[in-house]
This record gives sequence, C-alpha cells and structure tokens, in this order.
Amino acid sequence: MSWKKALIPLAALPLIGLLAYGFTTDPRAIPSPLIKKPAPPFTMTVYDGGPLSLEGLRGKVVLLNFWASWCFPACYEEAPELERAWRAYRDRGLVVGVDIQDTEAAGRQFIDQFKLTFANGPDPGGKIAIDYGVYGVPETFVIDRQGVIAHKQVGGVTDQMVAEQVEPLLKP
Amino acid sequence: MIATVGSFVLFLGLVLSLYGAVISVLAGRRDRPDLLASARRTALVLVALTLLAAGLLIAALVNLDFSIRYVANNTSRGTPLYYRITGLWGALEGSIILWALWLTGYTALVAWRYRGAHRELMPTVLAVFFTACAFFFLVMTVPANPFARVWPVPADGRGLNVLLEDTYMFSHPPVLYLGFVGFTVPYAFAIASLVTGRLTPEWVIITRRWTVVAWYFLSLGNILGAWWSYHVLGWGGYWAWDPVENAAIMPWIMGTAFLHSVMIQERRGMLKVWNLALIILTFSLTLFGTFLTRSGVISSVHAFSQSSIGAYFLAFLGLVLVVSLSLLVWRSDQLRGHGELDAPVCRESAFLLNNVVLVGMCFAVFLGTIFPLLAELVRGVKVSVGAPFFNQVSIPLMAILLFLMGAGPLVAWRRATLDHLRRILLRPLGLAALVGVALYPVGRDYPAAVLIFALCAFVLASVIEEFWKGARARQRIMGEPLAVAVGSLTRRNRRRYGGLVVHVGVVLLVVGVAASSGFSREREVTLHQGEAVDVGRYHLLFQGLDAARESNHDRIWANVAVTNQGKPVGEMQPARKNYLANNQPISRAVMRSTLRDDLYVILTQADVDRTTGTHLATLKVLVRPLVIWMWIGGLVLTLGTVIAVWPDRRPSGVDEEAAA
Amino acid sequence: MRSPASRVRNPQSAIRRGGLRVWGMLCLLAAAVALAGAAAPAPQAPQDLEEQVREIAAQLRCPVCQNLSVGDSPSGLANEMRGVIREKLKAGESRQQIEAYFTSKYGEWILLAPMKKGFNLLAWGLPFVGIVAGAFAVVFLTRRWAGREGATDGGGGEGVPPANPEDAAYRERLRRELDEFAR
Repeated sequence: MSWKKALIPLAALPLIGLLAYGFTTDPRAIPSPLIKKPAPPFTMTVYDGGPLSLEGLRGKVVLLNFWASWCFPACYEEAPELERAWRAYRDRGLVVGVDIQDTEAAGRQFIDQFKLTFANGPDPGGKIAIDYGVYGVPETFVIDRQGVIAHKQVGGVTDQMVAEQVEPLLKP
Repeated sequence: MIATVGSFVLFLGLVLSLYGAVISVLAGRRDRPDLLASARRTALVLVALTLLAAGLLIAALVNLDFSIRYVANNTSRGTPLYYRITGLWGALEGSIILWALWLTGYTALVAWRYRGAHRELMPTVLAVFFTACAFFFLVMTVPANPFARVWPVPADGRGLNVLLEDTYMFSHPPVLYLGFVGFTVPYAFAIASLVTGRLTPEWVIITRRWTVVAWYFLSLGNILGAWWSYHVLGWGGYWAWDPVENAAIMPWIMGTAFLHSVMIQERRGMLKVWNLALIILTFSLTLFGTFLTRSGVISSVHAFSQSSIGAYFLAFLGLVLVVSLSLLVWRSDQLRGHGELDAPVCRESAFLLNNVVLVGMCFAVFLGTIFPLLAELVRGVKVSVGAPFFNQVSIPLMAILLFLMGAGPLVAWRRATLDHLRRILLRPLGLAALVGVALYPVGRDYPAAVLIFALCAFVLASVIEEFWKGARARQRIMGEPLAVAVGSLTRRNRRRYGGLVVHVGVVLLVVGVAASSGFSREREVTLHQGEAVDVGRYHLLFQGLDAARESNHDRIWANVAVTNQGKPVGEMQPARKNYLANNQPISRAVMRSTLRDDLYVILTQADVDRTTGTHLATLKVLVRPLVIWMWIGGLVLTLGTVIAVWPDRRPSGVDEEAAA
Repeated sequence: MRSPASRVRNPQSAIRRGGLRVWGMLCLLAAAVALAGAAAPAPQAPQDLEEQVREIAAQLRCPVCQNLSVGDSPSGLANEMRGVIREKLKAGESRQQIEAYFTSKYGEWILLAPMKKGFNLLAWGLPFVGIVAGAFAVVFLTRRWAGREGATDGGGGEGVPPANPEDAAYRERLRRELDEFAR
C-alpha cells in the first residue's frame, strides 16, 4: 500500500517536465500553414507604376517582401540586401515589396533612402498581408517557379537566407 | 560603488539565510531555545540587509547611475522622480528584491511575534522561511543580480516601460506580492506540523488571521491589476485571462477554498489531509505564478524577460512540491480523521461543495493556461487558449458559487432539516426570482447575466436576513436599538459577520463584471473636426487635436465635448503618447465614471488631412455599465476583512448569555 | 413546549430522506445553472453588421498583441483584420467560413478558444468531469459520514460545544428556532 502512496509526490514531476519542455519552445514563433501551398494570388498598384499581379510572374522565382517605414531596425537593415539580390538575379527572379500599414509619403521616402529599384506598392486595408498570414514586419516569402511558397522568413532577409533558400530555386 | 556594496549585501543575505535555516533546524532537533533566539536575531538582521539593498537600488535609480544595467534599462534622464523610485519593481531583478523584502519582513515578523510561543513548531517554521529566503537571495546573487553592471556605460537609459508610467504604479505589485508572500505563513506552519508530527488543527488556528490577511492582499492585488489594465493599458477591458493574470488568480482561488475549508477543520477536526494539500497547492501556485511571469514559457503581456531564472524557479517549485507532498504522504496514516457529520445537509456540506467548485475552477484555469504547451508537446501544433474558453468555463461555476454563498450561511452547522431549509431559503430565493423576472426584458439577449444578477440578489438577501435575524434577537434580549444591535452582533462574532460583508463585496464585484461584460456598447469611428457620434446615452463632439512635449514623451490629444441628452457633461481628452526612447506609441484612454456606467474613450489614430488641414481622429468609444461597482466591491471587501481580523478584546470570548 | 424531535417518529431516517431530497434539488439546480451558463455566451442573433464583426473578432486572437482579441486590440493589424471580416460578412460569408479563412492563413493559433475536437476536448472536458466527480464524492462522503454518526449518536443534542465566540451566535439561533417551534 505504501509504495502506491509514494507515487503521489512523484506525480508532480511530469508537470515540471512539461514546464521544462516549455523552455525549448518559443511561444512567439508561429509556423505558417502556407508553406508548400500555392501562393495566394493578388493584384496591387505599384508606386510609380501600374498594376502588378502575381499570376503574371509565374515562371519566375519571386521574393515577396512585406515591410513598413516604421519598422526599425530590421527593415532598414534588409533593404540594401534585397536591392542587391534584385540586381543580381533580375533576369531569373523578382523582388516585390509590399508596404503595409504605412502612409504613401513615408513609403516613398523609404524607397528613395535606399534607392530601391524593385517593384514596391502599398497594401491598403492590409488584404494582401492578411492573405499571407503576416503578423509582423519584416516578413518575406520565397515563391518558386510553379507558384508554390517554398519558405517564409520572419525577420530580416540575410545573405545566408538568399543563398540557402533562393539560389537553389533559380537553377532550372 | 553602489553596485559592489549592493551585490555584497545580497550575497551576505544568502549566507545569512542559509545560516538561519541550519540553525533553526538544529534548534528544533536539539531543543535549544538559545539557537532559536539566534535564528530570530538573524531574521531581523536579514530584513535590515534587504532594506539596505533595496535602498541602494533606489538610490542608484534616483541618481541615474547608468553603470548599473538595471538602472540603464529602467530609467532615463527624462524619467520623473516618482517613476524612478517605483521603477524599483518595474522589471525582473527589482521585482525580486521587492519579493525578498516582503519575505524577510514576514520572517522577522513571525519570528518576533511568536518568540517564546509554540516552541515545538517554530524551529521548523523558521527553517521553511529561511529556505525560501535563501532561494530568493540565490536568484539575486547568480542569475538576476539587480546590481549587475553594464559596460560601456550608456549616456542615457531606456526609460521605464511606458505602460508602467502611471500614478498607481506604487500599488499593484507591492500589494500583490504581499498576498503571495503572505501565504508562506500558513504553509510554513503546515510543514512544521507535518515534520514535528503535531498533527492537531493547532497550525490552522494559529495561522487563521495570517491566512485571511494574505487572502485579502491577494484579492486587492488582483483588483488593482484589473484597475490598472482598465485605466492604463487603454483597451477598455480589465481582465483578459492573460497567463500572468491567471497566475495571480489561481492562488487566490485555491486560497479561498483553503480559507473556507479550514473552518470545518477548526470545528470538527475533519479534512486534515485535504487542508494540508490545499495549502501546499496554494503556496506552490504562488511559486508557479512567479515562474510563469519570469520564464517566458507562455507568451503573455507581462513576461518580464527570458533568462535562465526560469530554470531556478522551476527547480524550486519542483522541490517544494515533491518535499511537501512526501511529508503529507508520510504522515497520512496518522492524519486519518474521524469523519463525522450529523446530517448530509449542513453547512459543512455546503463548504465541501464550495471547495469542489473552487478547486475545479482553479484546475480549469490552470489547464487552460498550460494547455498550449501541452498541445504543442502532444500534437506539435500551436493553439491558443484565451478569454472565450475561460469565460465559458468559469461563468457556470461562478453561478454555483453564488448560490452556495447565499445558501451556506443560512444553513445551520451540523444539521439541517428539509423544512428548515425550505423556510430559510424561501424569502431570499423568492427575491432572487423576482429580480430575475424583473430584469428579463432588459437582459433577454444575455440570459446568463440575468441568472447571475438573480443569484447576486439571493446572496444579498441572505446576508441581510442574517444580520436582521441576529440583530432582532439581540434587540429582544438586550433591548438595544437596531443599529447598536447590529454593531454588538458584529463585535461578538467578527469572523462570521465580517465574512458576510466580504461576501457582499464579492457580489458587488460580480455585479459590476456581469453588467459591464454583457451590456457594454461600443463604436469605433473616424471623425473630422466638428463631427460627432452617439454611443448609448452620450453624444461626443470632436473639436480638434492638440499636441505638447513632456519630459520624455510627445503627446497628442483629442478634445472631445461630451453631452448626455443635451446636458453638457464635460470635456474628455484621450491621448496618444509617443515615447522618445523607443518610438512606441501608446494610447492613454480617458474615462468618466458614474454609478450607472463608465464612458471610455480611446484615441486610436490621430491625423491631419493634408489637403484641407482639418484634424481627423479615430475614436473608439465604449459605454460600460456598473463598472464602478467593481471598485466599490473592493472597498466593501476591505471593510469586511478589517472586521473579520480585528482582534477580540477578550480573547476567551466569554458570553454574558452563556448562563441563560 | 413540544420538543422538535417528537414531531417525527424516527429522526435519523427522516433527516436522511430529507437530506437526500434536498441533495436532489440542489443537484437539479446546479445542473440548470450549469446548462444556462454553458448556453449563455452568444447573445441572440445580433442586429447590425458592426455587432457581427465584433462577435467574430472576439473569437480571433490579435497576432501582434499578447492575448488580446482582434476585437479588443487597438493595433493596426487588428484594425485591418476587422476590415477584412466586415467585407467578408457583406459578401455573405458565414462565421464558420470566416474563422476557417483566418485559420488557413495563420494556423489554429489564431482562434482564441481551442477548437472543440480531438485532443483539445481534454481542455474542455477535464474540468467539467473533475467537478462532477468531486460533487459526487462530496455527496457520497457526507452520506457516509452522516450514516456513521447517526448510528452511534442519539437524535438531537448538541454534542460537544466548541468554546469560542461563534458558539454564542449558534446558541442564540438555536434558542430562536426553539422559540419558533414552540409557537
């Protein structure tokens, strides 16, 4: 009888174990359900230009980047990196920037500041952002030639990310 | 300089705590009152040391000594003096000093208060206290040193977390911590009774008032948290079932169960094992709460920061649980009570049901809080458990509790007959039914709220009955006027009537919550200068925007003129503050409270139309009924607690009428 | 003055029967309350679009705030999400469809209350099961304890009065009730 009772204090240990498991998880990292799924179609009006739709870009690798002028410091750090990637791969791939929750003036000023030449446009009402399950900036989606989302980068784009995620898709 | 001295003082505190623990254990095992006296003196020195450490940190904060990392992170050159001082508990390391201050204070108080008394229990009691102190000093010495330095020394600090810059900053954490730490007292005595084998209800009787006081501070701390959320966070609500809010409410729920359950043990000597389990769980939940807040394991508004400190707390929590439960299991055979009741229906049963519901509620909140973690472990998917879950689970339980709150005090101890119950419950239940029927047209859309109101009426009616019957009996016997009769009735039985007043306070709080949750109106509109909006009985006219620069933030506010059916009510100025240090705008909602409702206005966006130059404001307006009754309930709760714990003039409580 | 015990021939069994009937009533009441509470959360069909938006927004978690619903959150993203909800409602989508849409974009995490299926039922069910079990345990135990006492003790009588101030009130009440029986 007494050994069964000894189990009672030990019953606390699975709870401690569960809480300790919590140290290994990051409650703020939310995996996206859109990976490996077709990228949601959208059409937007680019700053200084006409409409841009995702269907029209099929066949090319697309780096879809969500940013905002008030997103400091991450968007400011990745902007030159994106411009570099765009210039390097412009024949095989595209960088498209979506400016969310921003004003036109601030967005244009950001583009001028970093001399961005890839297509950028606003997202009024946040429909494109919500369609992509965006919850913060910056976030970047890598879409392959078949229009399927290959990778989602939460946080700034880095050289390493471009090398690992984008380059393999550019090959064929 | 301050940093070095401060760190040394904390290290000294660790050493002294360990010394105190060891010497208390020795005092107990060898029955050495001189060692116990040494432990007492150690406790006094310890609290003095903690005061010194806290004082040093405050001095560093006030003098903006940015070489200390805590100061650099929590103040800045623009931070007003008041917030430099209250910044002491604004972030992780400082909050631990606050906890240690209360804990060492309680240790010294308990040691001094019972000097020369309870010679068998005190050594273990003090040992438990010193062990807890040692843990907190360990945490302050190793992972979370408030005096840790930073290099290079920054030119300016980051400033206090903007949400903490509020006048009531001084109240919520210190009061809440008093509640948490306060439950160490009954816990220590419980452990002492288990360790020494003195298994009578002695420990329950000794710690009675300490428990009520700790429970009160926990209640007040939670109410202040709700107040703060409502007044400062500016989203229009007061409780979001955030994990840290849950962490503070769980020990309160369990503590309420414990508080009621020990009354049965005092009278009948029953439920010994149950009560010991309850206090062990209550104390563990206070540690769990502090673990949740500091470990970042579950995402929350409050999470101070992620650091290795979580592992320390988890280890200590595990230690406390395993050791306490082992002691309980070890003594369980000797604790077998003679379970006897005169009848199945009696106040004891009502108390037992009360315990089942409260423990069940606590378990529901606990499960909901850790469920995201559990689901991730088992299913690998992240899920959320938020307000809809907790509300759906707790509302029915609250209804049952209200019924018990009303019926319990009316049911006699030991035995109640069906006739007795029918007679005694008829009037209050009848009144409740009337209230329910009367409110139904108003509350048709929200039947749960109507039920809750009816039950609240039931409780109020039953409390009034109790006071009335007792006072009338005194009148008949002593011939006193009614008011005096009520007074002397209360004086003769402070616990009972103070407790009834506390129930009234709780009921008022529930009424406020039910009304404001179920019957609020809200509208969010963007207004041009000169435009107006109607919400409920109020008419709000947006007149324009203004801006100003304060010492550490920029402020934009909207001037809104409010009228109530034509009669001017005043001007309200909801604002947005943009803090220079981190460019994070926060809104400063404004509210106007009357007994009937609160008008709550939030400025979500302020703009100037480029083409016309007119001001634009996006206002979220809420009209929430009966919110002020929540805070009134808190005041009544305070009154009831004061009555209940007021010391009796004649400790033996001899009754003049005993001879009759 | 007639003694109350003489009203009934067998006080113990009467008490037990009376007690059981009261238990039955209490259980019924508790069940009714629980059902009412569980059925309560959603008010009747809301009248206007804004209320419907708010109702749905209250079920979704704001992705940028901590633990606030999309309805309560003052953030820009929550504002935009409310806009999306509004448009979808105007287009005639149902609440389930809108919630499914957000779940497909953000994952299960976006729902503030876990879906009532599969493993999640543990969260919904366990507390309820625990409380019902506890209530039964209380009923069972109190009947057993009362049975034990009833067997050894005679009917009526006070037993050992604890000597503290509370007892005065108890004796007072006893005296009052005895008076009332006598009338």
